[in-house]
Amino acid sequence: MAEEKKLFKVKIDGIPVEVEPGTTILNAARQIGGDIVPPAMCYYSKLQGSGGKCRTCLVKVSKGSEADPRPMPKLVASCRTTVMDGMEVANITSPEVLDARKGVVEFLLLNHPLDCPVCDQAGECSLQDLGYEHGADGTRYEFKRRTFEKIDIGDKIQLHMTRCILCYRCVYTADQLTEKREHGILGRGEVSEISTYIHKSLDNEFIGNVIDVCPVGALTDKTFRFKNRVWFLKPVDAHRDCDKCCGKTVLWLRGDEVFRVTARKDKYGEVEAFICDTCRFDKKETKDWIVEGPRKIDRHSVISQGQYVGVVKPHDALPDVLEGRQPKLLMNIHSISQVNRPEIDLSKIEGPAHSDDFKN
Amino acid sequence: MGRKLLLDKAHIENIRYYDVYRANGGYESAEKALKMTPELVLDEVKKSGLRGRGGAGFPTGMKWSFIAKPEGVPRYLVCNADESEPGTFKDRYLMEFLPHLLIEGLLISSYTLGANSCYIYIRGEYAWIPDILEEAIADAKKNGWLGKNIQGTGFDLEIYVQRGAGAYICGEETALIESLEGKRGNPRIKPPFPAIKGLWDCPTVVNNVETLAAIVPILRIGGEEYAKYGTGKSTGTKLISACGNINKPGVYEIEMNISVEEFIYSEEYCGGIANGKRLKACIPGGSSVPIVPANLLLKTAKGETRMMTYESLSDGGFATGTMMGSGGFIVLDEDQCIVKNTLTFARFYHHESCGQCSPCREGTGWMERVLKNIEKGKGKMSDIDLLWDIQRKIEGNTICPLGDAAAWPVAAAIRHFRDEFEWHVLNPEESQVRNFGLAHYADPLEIAAPAAV
Repeated sequence: MAEEKKLFKVKIDGIPVEVEPGTTILNAARQIGGDIVPPAMCYYSKLQGSGGKCRTCLVKVSKGSEADPRPMPKLVASCRTTVMDGMEVANITSPEVLDARKGVVEFLLLNHPLDCPVCDQAGECSLQDLGYEHGADGTRYEFKRRTFEKIDIGDKIQLHMTRCILCYRCVYTADQLTEKREHGILGRGEVSEISTYIHKSLDNEFIGNVIDVCPVGALTDKTFRFKNRVWFLKPVDAHRDCDKCCGKTVLWLRGDEVFRVTARKDKYGEVEAFICDTCRFDKKETKDWIVEGPRKIDRHSVISQGQYVGVVKPHDALPDVLEGRQPKLLMNIHSISQVNRPEIDLSKIEGPAHSDDFKN
Repeated sequence: MGRKLLLDKAHIENIRYYDVYRANGGYESAEKALKMTPELVLDEVKKSGLRGRGGAGFPTGMKWSFIAKPEGVPRYLVCNADESEPGTFKDRYLMEFLPHLLIEGLLISSYTLGANSCYIYIRGEYAWIPDILEEAIADAKKNGWLGKNIQGTGFDLEIYVQRGAGAYICGEETALIESLEGKRGNPRIKPPFPAIKGLWDCPTVVNNVETLAAIVPILRIGGEEYAKYGTGKSTGTKLISACGNINKPGVYEIEMNISVEEFIYSEEYCGGIANGKRLKACIPGGSSVPIVPANLLLKTAKGETRMMTYESLSDGGFATGTMMGSGGFIVLDEDQCIVKNTLTFARFYHHESCGQCSPCREGTGWMERVLKNIEKGKGKMSDIDLLWDIQRKIEGNTICPLGDAAAWPVAAAIRHFRDEFEWHVLNPEESQVRNFGLAHYADPLEIAAPAAV
């Protein structure tokens, strides 16, 4: 008999949850779900060593553990702090945390160009969501924002550092999927930029994943740039036999046209599995793919507007009121309409219908 | 004359060479330590009450006892010689003039911790010091104090000198470790602490140069005797690098039982304010500790005389106190502009921010720009409150203490010198041609009467 693992009892905003030892506070909160999950801009569960940089996931530990009940002196990054047995964490119930988070959002947006109207990431941008949920109405920054030249990373990816929030996710992706150089950041402080490393790892089959992990519009798909807004597209789950990756993707369709291919993202914006560049950039026709069905997108996302997936229709009270009676038409338009004549069977007209067909 | 433990032999000519150092009682502490068990040496260090001299003041004995000791994993001692805090230059003095004192300290410390490799991480700007250290290391090795089987005890130790590239952030222990490993000097996220997972994921202790050098006198006179120096929990002596508007800038070793006033005005130490000016403010522990005006520097808010000790300097918290820090004692006279001084520090922290976490990366630059506006006479009244709000949102929300270090000087300057900031805003033209002056910053404080019972 395998020994039963001892689970740690943790309380987040007063909600108890039992998690395995070694779980981070953020992941414990994700097990509970809902509003108490701290936002995360840099943490990415699939990437080793990510997190701790953006500081949006700061929480207050009001009780360290059962053994040592002292609270932690500072706010901690929930993505990198592991839980202790009996730990009590305050996230949205702590005004201190909310205030600090507001500050962090302001810092993140300080040098961000806010060019959402021309940014391809708009509609699926973590920074947009974060600013909307936790940010202030306006900025107090009165100075020139930093700008960078756009850089082409190969013929498929464009890097626009001006929008970057330096979450290091792409650095970790490139590092962990390509096993090449270490460094991904040049310079330091405010003017540090993502560089070198990504250029060097272009020959890799999986480099396209940096587009998916980027929380903002700093790394964009050049085959999709300025082609469409994401909320005009219809995402469908699809798969194909791929010898390099799992082949499970999301196709973004308009009609029959595949505008782009991305990996499948969960509700925290993290991909379920990385996909290869062939699937992402080269298979742009529906015949390459086996469509499984519509992709479930969070109802609050702007992408799901017009998709009506999983939406419950409101209760229609009219039949109850009429009690089986037919609604009375105030005017029968059939009698005066020249075209809307129910006695003409449209299927019997040859070719496209013409107004002459209705004149008899 | 105050008693000295570190610099007592610094005046001897050629003390930097092995023969002279040895002839003057050098390596006797090491001899003594190697005959003891590591546990006994650790006990002596604990008894001495030595506190880290790098700035935080954490008890060294306790730090050493935290080091993990898993089987078959090497342990490392790293000497933090990346002394880049503006206003601090005490380690440079030690390494330049008494390199063997440091090496002896490293030997005893490594023996205590069971480390067989020791690294001195020295800042890149100290271009000439690695040569001095390496020469001293070679001499020590020649005489059997380093290398294999030291003095027949079976203990091995190698000391390596590694030069940094001149980044302030590499003075933070985890950034230092990253840099030592050959990576970009970004601080690591703690926990795990270096005592568990440090250099190459092995247990590591990182100590300041002065801390490690202070191990030598502790072994020489014994931990209990060392604890008799100084006052209360501030035991022993401390090197203070005094600079600014004083008559005699330089590195002074003080026993921690003198008052701040004595330190500034006595002929033995700073020798008073230069050119007969009056004292306006002081930053007693290097650029990142809060600045205090003259009246709060010489007396605490309770009306007691402020002493040069860890406790007394931090008396009153950040509201009315400051910190011992690394001992970079910067004195400002009545002609100095606090706004300009704060801007200088803000520019430094902006330049040195590693850019890893957002509050520090974006906030330090913002503070610098707002301060520049105020300094250039383009500021608004709301800018002062904005600065306060920015520093509040940086402090405590960053990965490493650089965020705090950037926030504290700004916070303290606004807390104590708000009038001067407001004067800058209200008199934009006048502020470009003259300074605010001493104003009321040296006036005796009103001591709050004890609350009526």
